[in-house]
Amino acid sequence: MSNLNKMKSILIEKTLKLDCGKEISNFPLAYETYGNLNEKKDNAILIFHALTGDQYASGINPITKKEGWWNYAVGPGKSFDTDKFFVICANVIGGCMGSYGPGTIDPLTNKPIGTNFPVITINDMVNAQYNLLDYFKIEKLFAVAGGSMGGMQVLQFVSNFPNKARVALPIACTASHSAQNIAFNELGRQAIMSDSNWKEGLYDEKSTNPDKGLAVARMAAHITYLSKQGLQEKFGRNLQERSDLKFGFDADFQIESYLRYQGSVFVDRFDANSYLYITRAMDYFDLTKQFNGNLSKAFKDTKTKFFIISFTSDWLYPTSENKDIVIALNAIGADVGFVEIKTDKGHDSFLLDVPDFLSTIKNYLNTTYSNINERRI
Amino acid sequence: MKEEFKVISKFIEERSRVLDIGCGDGILMEYLSKNKVVDVRGLEISKEKVKKCLSKGLAVIEGDAENDLKQFPDLSFDYVILSQTLQAFMSPEKVIENLLRVGKKVIVTIPNFGHWKVRLDLLLKGEMPVTKNLPYQWYNTPNLHMCTIQDFYNFCNNKGINIYKTISLNGEKISNISNSNLKYKNLISELGIFLLEK
Repeated sequence: MSNLNKMKSILIEKTLKLDCGKEISNFPLAYETYGNLNEKKDNAILIFHALTGDQYASGINPITKKEGWWNYAVGPGKSFDTDKFFVICANVIGGCMGSYGPGTIDPLTNKPIGTNFPVITINDMVNAQYNLLDYFKIEKLFAVAGGSMGGMQVLQFVSNFPNKARVALPIACTASHSAQNIAFNELGRQAIMSDSNWKEGLYDEKSTNPDKGLAVARMAAHITYLSKQGLQEKFGRNLQERSDLKFGFDADFQIESYLRYQGSVFVDRFDANSYLYITRAMDYFDLTKQFNGNLSKAFKDTKTKFFIISFTSDWLYPTSENKDIVIALNAIGADVGFVEIKTDKGHDSFLLDVPDFLSTIKNYLNTTYSNINERRI
Repeated sequence: MKEEFKVISKFIEERSRVLDIGCGDGILMEYLSKNKVVDVRGLEISKEKVKKCLSKGLAVIEGDAENDLKQFPDLSFDYVILSQTLQAFMSPEKVIENLLRVGKKVIVTIPNFGHWKVRLDLLLKGEMPVTKNLPYQWYNTPNLHMCTIQDFYNFCNNKGINIYKTISLNGEKISNISNSNLKYKNLISELGIFLLEK
């Protein structure tokens, strides 16, 4: 656990009023940075992670020993070029990688807070992370970026702080979580809450965690991150280390084995209660409703330059929902670029090696950064 | 840069908002944003070209004029540019209506089907014309609605659209088109560039 001690974290002392009405203060926000903040402090990019991500976007995650969740995109010479930019990524509140969440030990009981943790929203997550700007004394970020739930945070960030980022990259996301997405999240939560080890969220020993429920939640969710075509091409009806069907309920098919594996590795790195809280935050996200049904109003004061990206095979956050954001921005004459990237990798495309996607972001950021600097001279 | 773009950029006043429809690789957009103080946006149907534009940091959205113009509010741009794509739409009439709704002024360029080489091809060979500006065969052309400079003139007059200025482009030769020389210019121009107003 020595790695946990090396984890970077700020203590947010001032009170944060949450959307649920409760107030929190003196809570930790864990973060990681890549690259260097320049003297002018104009090269910082704040990256927001998705549902099961954490602050370790690039390189090797010191806790899981696996590659960071956005290692394809963040690093030296990559889309978010850390030779050039200072990338900051924090674990969201409600998360389980060092930030204040249901797994945080309550000093009064010496047990995890569990379901006594307040219900948080995307807005709360963003407001908590805003403290990082003060901490690094950054007047204005060069960019905010993120995919999926990270994209929702991008939208909320620009809405809350219209002049704190020059560029915004919401990727494969939505301004209003759909019924279908709420349904899938509910399926995952029910899997966790049906596990007898969940104990109303007050489990506290590693051996009695609701791992089975969490694994099923992950398996179901994982299917939604891929496309039918992608699954068919990768697995088809291939059998798992056997030449014939076994007429039983073992994993006969490779896809079954794959999903079981995804479920089993997930429980080692993720907390079931965090899964409940973060999926809830996504379900509650409705930026359009926050502005009385007019999404354009969310961005009315912004000078931020938007670049919105969707993927052809993403049926979880389809192009149409991403385009709604483009339409809302065009309605107020905001600076917006949009492209739908062709790929069969589904919603997960933003995390994978999709060269068109990665190179377009890289060029967009590099050109925009030098244009801004030229204009300043 | 193409002569056509030079003519178009001369039409555009400083500190204006411009929408380039069918902006392609963004060459005109780049020129305008570097050489004039303008706020320029693009709409392009080809994913490959949109990616090229975004790689240059240009504010371009993937979409097409027949479906995606409706998201822009009335008179939200000082100029809307449509370069050599009018003939490719299912309904050029509706597109022009929408351009005039979105833009205070509209710049439309048309490849002139009235050019003498085009006329001669059909007259002498009895074949659909294939020229530098119209390089397609009849069976693979994206151009559904070809017209001549004269046709477009008539169209604007019938619709009550105000033609501010018309420029003829023949190779690198730029000249003005007026009512008096229209018949002749319709014969010798490869391109017609129109500055319109509702």
